[in-house]
Amino acid sequence: MRSLVLPGRTASRTAAQAAERLQRLGFALIVPLLLLLMWAVAARHGWMPPQILPAPDVVGATIVDLWQSGDLLSNTAISLQRVVEGFALGATCGFVLGLAMGLSPDVEAFVRPLFTAVSQVPALGWIPLLMLLVGIGEPLKIIVIARAAGVPVALNTLAGVRAVPPQLIEVGRIFRFRRPQMLRYVVLPAAVPPMFTGIRYGLTHAWTALVAVELLASSEGLGYLLVWGQQMFQLDEVIAAMAAIGLIGYVMDYGLARIEAHLQRWRPVSVQAGAA
Amino acid sequence: MKGLVLPAVVLLAWEAASHAGVIDPRILPPIESVLRAGWLIAGQRDVWVDLGASLARDLSGFAIGAVAGLIVGFVLGRFRICASLFQPSFDVVKQIALFAWIPLISMWFGTGEMAKVVFVALGAFVPMVLNTAEGVRSTPDWQTEVGRTLCLTRWQMTRRIYLPASVPSILTGTHLALIYSWLATIGAEYFMTTGPGLGGLIIEGRDRFAMDLVMLGVVLLGLIGFALNGIAELAEHRLLRWRPT
Repeated sequence: MRSLVLPGRTASRTAAQAAERLQRLGFALIVPLLLLLMWAVAARHGWMPPQILPAPDVVGATIVDLWQSGDLLSNTAISLQRVVEGFALGATCGFVLGLAMGLSPDVEAFVRPLFTAVSQVPALGWIPLLMLLVGIGEPLKIIVIARAAGVPVALNTLAGVRAVPPQLIEVGRIFRFRRPQMLRYVVLPAAVPPMFTGIRYGLTHAWTALVAVELLASSEGLGYLLVWGQQMFQLDEVIAAMAAIGLIGYVMDYGLARIEAHLQRWRPVSVQAGAA
Repeated sequence: MKGLVLPAVVLLAWEAASHAGVIDPRILPPIESVLRAGWLIAGQRDVWVDLGASLARDLSGFAIGAVAGLIVGFVLGRFRICASLFQPSFDVVKQIALFAWIPLISMWFGTGEMAKVVFVALGAFVPMVLNTAEGVRSTPDWQTEVGRTLCLTRWQMTRRIYLPASVPSILTGTHLALIYSWLATIGAEYFMTTGPGLGGLIIEGRDRFAMDLVMLGVVLLGLIGFALNGIAELAEHRLLRWRPT
């Protein structure tokens, strides 16, 4: 197919695409720039007290300061490390649990009610209870993040295993696949896209839980930067920390969305519809 | 029946551990003392006031956020120019984890009722906007074509074509908004502990090292989340009955 497309046409197509992308970017930037302008004007004329709305250049200077002093980087590193550890633990447990529940009705019958009960209380609700049980150290953060990440991973893995198209299972049966082969060649590949959706949700939830737990009990990390800024009435620092949190959340979500789209690509449309 | 085995094992282990003195009973009080404390607290303390305050906060914030989100989401979905102007900014701002807004909101609105409701409304707003916009955008072409053939006015198109087509997504958004607003209510009460509320009760229990109070609070919190979720699911099911499957 690709060899049939003439080179000239491809070039003009990519040029058109680039132009369209540029136009989209232009439109996307109008609103933020206008807001920034209004913000600057409001700050210049002192319409808002600086404790409520510091000038944009002050916020910018604070971000540069935080960056140069290494505070921003070290706190971000700590937060990221917590998320990675908690997420790894939670996603692994969630994956195993979801797979086991999806494959064996017995396991599901035993585990599901307790799992539902645990997942009904939001991650945030567990924090005070866990604080009394394990203290306010690092284990608390890892457990809360793992709980937040594990539930969506488990639920989506379960759904993915359940939604393997029956046609594929039949093909596996015709090949007389044994259980491990069935798992390796039929169930897991078909369950990858929903599992990945679970991972994406899990990471988002983990990031939210991290901010919550760092706000409540931490002496370092991005959440702590927020609390500190609030207590010192340094709104510029609060905004800087929020920007960092948003930026990292955006990068993680965008990256995973790209990977997800890539993973979905090979699926034939009909199977996708059957699995939905 | 099988489902009861694991919870029973957990409860038995808990009971045995606290009676055998393996774990400090202050950290893990025996079940009967938690139940007794729960009973006592439910009888005399203002748990019901706390509960009522939390629910009122949750529902008023939810109502404000959901209605605002519905309108904004609809406009974003309906008018491409609005979407290309605002959607990218919205997509970036929504990535700021919900609780990261708390310091900003409490500096802007104080730590009173107002700040809490604003925060809850924010929690409900985001999923509502996303799902409504998505629903309006996914209106099938043949339906809009029918509308155009019938020369419907803009308002009629909105009312007769786009709105009904996006109802399923709007309901999904409402469901998510309900869940997020409950989460936001608890968060708001944790971090802004003024006034009555379930979150405040739990934090107070933690500060006084009253494990039974904390457990009671966490159980109530889970039950209400469960009930809200159940109501939303039921409503969704009911309202979507007309849909051909």
